[in-house]
Amino acid sequence: MALDKATVARIATLARIRLSEAELEPLAAELSHILTWVEQLNEVDTGDVAPMTSVAEMTPMMRDDVVTDGDCRDAVLGNAPRAVKGFFAVPKVIE
Amino acid sequence: MSLVALSLAEARAGLAGGQFSACELTEAYIAAMIAARPLNAFITETADHARAMAAASDARRARGEAGSLDGIPIAIKDLFCTKGVLTTAASHILDGFVPPYESTVTEKLWRAGAVMLGKTNLDEFAMGSSNTTSYYGPVENPWRPQPIERPGDNRPLVPGGSSGGSAAAVAAHAALAATGTDTGGSIRQPASFCGIVGLKPTYGRCSRWGVVAFASSLDHPGPMTRTVRDAAIVLGAMAGHDPKDSTSAPVPVPDYEAALTGDVRGLRIGIPREYRVDGMPGEIEALWQQGAAWLREAGAEPVEISLPMTRYALPVYYIIAPAEASSNLARYDGVRFGLRVPGDSLEELYEGTRAVGFGAEVRRRVLIGTYVLSAGYYDAYYLKAQRVRALIARDFAAAFQRVDCILAPTAPSAAFAIGEKADDPIAMYLNDVFTVPADLAGLPAISVPAGLSADRLPLGLQVIGRAFDESTVLRVGAVLENRARFTHLPSFLAGGG
Repeated sequence: MALDKATVARIATLARIRLSEAELEPLAAELSHILTWVEQLNEVDTGDVAPMTSVAEMTPMMRDDVVTDGDCRDAVLGNAPRAVKGFFAVPKVIE
Repeated sequence: MSLVALSLAEARAGLAGGQFSACELTEAYIAAMIAARPLNAFITETADHARAMAAASDARRARGEAGSLDGIPIAIKDLFCTKGVLTTAASHILDGFVPPYESTVTEKLWRAGAVMLGKTNLDEFAMGSSNTTSYYGPVENPWRPQPIERPGDNRPLVPGGSSGGSAAAVAAHAALAATGTDTGGSIRQPASFCGIVGLKPTYGRCSRWGVVAFASSLDHPGPMTRTVRDAAIVLGAMAGHDPKDSTSAPVPVPDYEAALTGDVRGLRIGIPREYRVDGMPGEIEALWQQGAAWLREAGAEPVEISLPMTRYALPVYYIIAPAEASSNLARYDGVRFGLRVPGDSLEELYEGTRAVGFGAEVRRRVLIGTYVLSAGYYDAYYLKAQRVRALIARDFAAAFQRVDCILAPTAPSAAFAIGEKADDPIAMYLNDVFTVPADLAGLPAISVPAGLSADRLPLGLQVIGRAFDESTVLRVGAVLENRARFTHLPSFLAGGG
């Protein structure tokens, strides 16, 4: 699959990564190269094979429905680039 | 003999016998860690922390309460969250992140009495095979080539990756052992490149809780050490069920050291014919055959097997790992921790932070992952890769009907120069051709240093086992180690040898 610049720009928007106009062309070439390479999987007949989501053959366990963590707001906010009055602070959102 | 030249088992005996204290051993390692700075193996040194932990260890020992790793100085890959100690994942985007919690694996190591020397360098978010994608700069391999064909070419080599700092630190005697994580080969390939032992346990054997996530269905924490016995000791302390990781296996942890009986008589060893790849150097093929011969001499029975889906493992990996990474790395948004690049709107803040915070390889993988998960492509790429992954796991399951473990090379080459393969992502990805299949199938696998290349660089052999049968993997690995008698040392040794 050859990706064009517009597709790369669209993926970058989905991934929330800003790219400059100059970065689009080389990235389109790199990503196309990788995608073409992985497309060799199309040779494999996967017929009715179910997709493998995890190698762990286990049924998730239930635990008691009790609070085991918490009461550490300030420790968590301690890593925030900006926190105000016990909240994470971000630029104003108006929609 | 210098204290730092002892193996972990020897150091444990020395501590238990009172020949030296944890404080003395730790001081020797702090000096070695400082001497090893030219390798750039550590992102953060925690010497004061180490001294306090060593003093506490000596006090515990005096009270008769020493644990299995008491007083043993180790290094931690900077992907494990350590409470109160900077944790970077070698990424700019985690600038200044000091976790308010401890990963389960490191918590278990400290409970066993281990001493933390520092946090080791890695490829950014563990994405790489050369430790050259780190925001904190590349790590140098303590080995230097001695090429007969190209005299004078002694360019610094990569230590492998992504656990390159851990491998370099252990090989250079700047740590007795280290933690690593293996998603596509990130424990075993650097172990092979640096001439040490690296063990990727079964998926679910060691908790992923508190390990910065790369690809959750593939991330395996494990030990990196100088001997197989040391790997058994450290794994015993790291392993075990953790209710905080929903994929952690609620199974008992055996005594791995007790598995090192030296007896492999009657074991059937699979030799997968598909691992004979085009362009593999003859010396690696020869070492592989030598490994099979060693095991035959020890009474095991090598058997040719087929793993027909092997050639599809890398393309499967390079869909699933970026897909999971693009999802896991969505949390780095400049809001809750790490780097923030200010913007006028929330969108600008997100996009600016992630543009500046992620390096080129991470951005490439997040973009690939976003694409293969996006509407219209999900079935063609992501589901297809998951289906082929199931077939790869089936190959192994069929093989393990016939054999007890599998012998293969760890990597298709010895360490290469820093900067080589930098222009071609796929050439770099091919490093993991022999390691990725065991990650996809979640199987335990060990790399043991087994010989030297023509350029006098270490080469590893790999033993892959059945799920949760680390014991056999360790037992066979120890027999290989014993036969190989790999006593070569790197040209750079922090402790003077």
